[in-house]
Amino acid sequence: MHLPALQVVIPLIAAALCALFRHYFLAWFITILASWLSFAIAILLLLQVMSRGVISYELGGWVAPIGIEYRIDLLNAFVLLIVSGVGAVIVPYAQKSISQSIEKSQQSWFYSMYLMALTGLLGVSITGDAFNIFVFLEISSLASYVMIAMGPDRRGLTAAYQYLIMGTVGATFIVIGIGLLWAMTGTLNLYDLAQKIPLIENSRPVLAALAFLTVGISLKLALFPLHLWLPNAYAYSPGVASAFLAGTATKVAIYLLLRFFFTVFGGVEFFQSTPLPEILFVLSLLAMFAASIVAVFQSNIKRMLAYSSVAQIGFITLGISYATEIGLTGAIAHMFNHAIMKAGLFLLIGAVMFRLGSVKIEDMAGIGRKMPFTMAGFVILGLSLLGAPGTVGFISKWYLALAALQEGQWWAVALIVAASLVTMLYIGRVVEVAYFREPTVKVDQLREVPSSMLLPSFLLVGAAVYFGLDTSLSV
Amino acid sequence: MMRDTIILRVVVKLLLPVILIFALYVQFHGDYGPGGGFQAGVAAAAAVILYGLVFGVSAARKVVPQGILLALIPLGVLIFAGTGILSLLLGANYLDYSPLGSYPKAGQHLGILIVEVGVFVTVSSTMLAIFYAFGGRAEDALVSEEENE
Repeated sequence: MHLPALQVVIPLIAAALCALFRHYFLAWFITILASWLSFAIAILLLLQVMSRGVISYELGGWVAPIGIEYRIDLLNAFVLLIVSGVGAVIVPYAQKSISQSIEKSQQSWFYSMYLMALTGLLGVSITGDAFNIFVFLEISSLASYVMIAMGPDRRGLTAAYQYLIMGTVGATFIVIGIGLLWAMTGTLNLYDLAQKIPLIENSRPVLAALAFLTVGISLKLALFPLHLWLPNAYAYSPGVASAFLAGTATKVAIYLLLRFFFTVFGGVEFFQSTPLPEILFVLSLLAMFAASIVAVFQSNIKRMLAYSSVAQIGFITLGISYATEIGLTGAIAHMFNHAIMKAGLFLLIGAVMFRLGSVKIEDMAGIGRKMPFTMAGFVILGLSLLGAPGTVGFISKWYLALAALQEGQWWAVALIVAASLVTMLYIGRVVEVAYFREPTVKVDQLREVPSSMLLPSFLLVGAAVYFGLDTSLSV
Repeated sequence: MMRDTIILRVVVKLLLPVILIFALYVQFHGDYGPGGGFQAGVAAAAAVILYGLVFGVSAARKVVPQGILLALIPLGVLIFAGTGILSLLLGANYLDYSPLGSYPKAGQHLGILIVEVGVFVTVSSTMLAIFYAFGGRAEDALVSEEENE
């Protein structure tokens, strides 16, 4: 009954406990308990929403437009499931990986920040209050800056700083947008806004608010040309943090975009009366190609995956730009699928880093023979990334192509396929190095990673295949 | 550290109790007038920071040791979040203070006071921790420089 509050509060309290005890193993133990508990809560919430419809929870007992309301419908129950699921699966893996890359005395801080980021992202997804969204967004962003700065590489510091500046610009735009909406309507509740905005939707402040919100959220979700913070942030942060952020942070921003476009601002018709669909469409196509092509030329595999994230986000926003049922189905399914695939890929690359101590592609020669499971997982997720049938990637790209066909855009379908072929180039490059080259002396001494790291990764690999065959959840 | 400015040192010593009392006033009068835990926490931390600026960070560290600060930061969050859990246990919604007192209004009153104490603890100790982190660094560098000479 109080599940909506507990969803956010459990990781928050756990984060404070980690910081209070400051013991590396205890902190990990608290993290694993809290993250799996919130995953369980997310599952329960989704089941409740599916059986009984929208859940509304009044925080502090204050009634909705005045008080803060947590409101869960199918869309954000699904986002909660993605975020808490990725968050929970990573933690068992984290202990070994973090022990290697971060000093013992600092580890509890990492877990504390991990839980804070989880709190923030869950909070953004669950709340029905515009200002609350901003607060939780900042909680999660601040925590992720710290996590990135704790990376094994000193370049993590500049990456975190870059992200800090860009993220703060984004957050400021979001809060200006929310402020304008509040000035025009006198309410911060998203559903109250949704009722009041249609009456004044063509007034200039409301359009300005929409513009500010769109740009701010696009910065957070790393929509192409606003993605510059992302490659370094993912490349130089600890492996666990890359996997977590790649799987959750941008997905929550996409959820916000959907929520503001289609719930707050009067739905599909208003969306199509603005120039937004065309802008999103062009930027998405650019992201799909430019970022994929840049990814092909990366020597650092984490940077490669980060650019690939920018490209995949392009696929998602492409679906949003159509604003049709099929397009949105494709976008939301790709959001889910990309969370699984990218988190899994980053975990597997973290495993390579754990043994090899490097993520340069040329250092990985012949690694497929020494770490067969890790690289097999990489190949499966890579296939999914490029959309091979039988994996999740195929499903969402199929829907995106259908959405393009529905609009009669044959050439857009061709572009989707072409962008997927570029994906094959950069995944193929890694596969070629890993399997078809003689192992170097260094690679020859490697062993497979411990099962505590392999199992969580394969849970995600398994999910990528399972949801590729059984699409009842994600579609 | 400013060793030679006796006027500054005497004035600061006179000011400190006033600042701290004002912090407490802002804290507990917060539910009637402007103020609350955040502002009070900043004022209280400012008192210690002023002391540290004039008498040196090491002197301030003796008044409020670093170890205690690091424990206080999460403790404040726990006070806030714990109050919410308490109202859950008493059968109300999260952070609904009404059941905390004998009648709803008293409960709301008590609840906001407890929560603001949590805010005070976290805000003041975070401010100080940031000050120690930056201010202490210059002093540590100075000490090692003197040792080298």
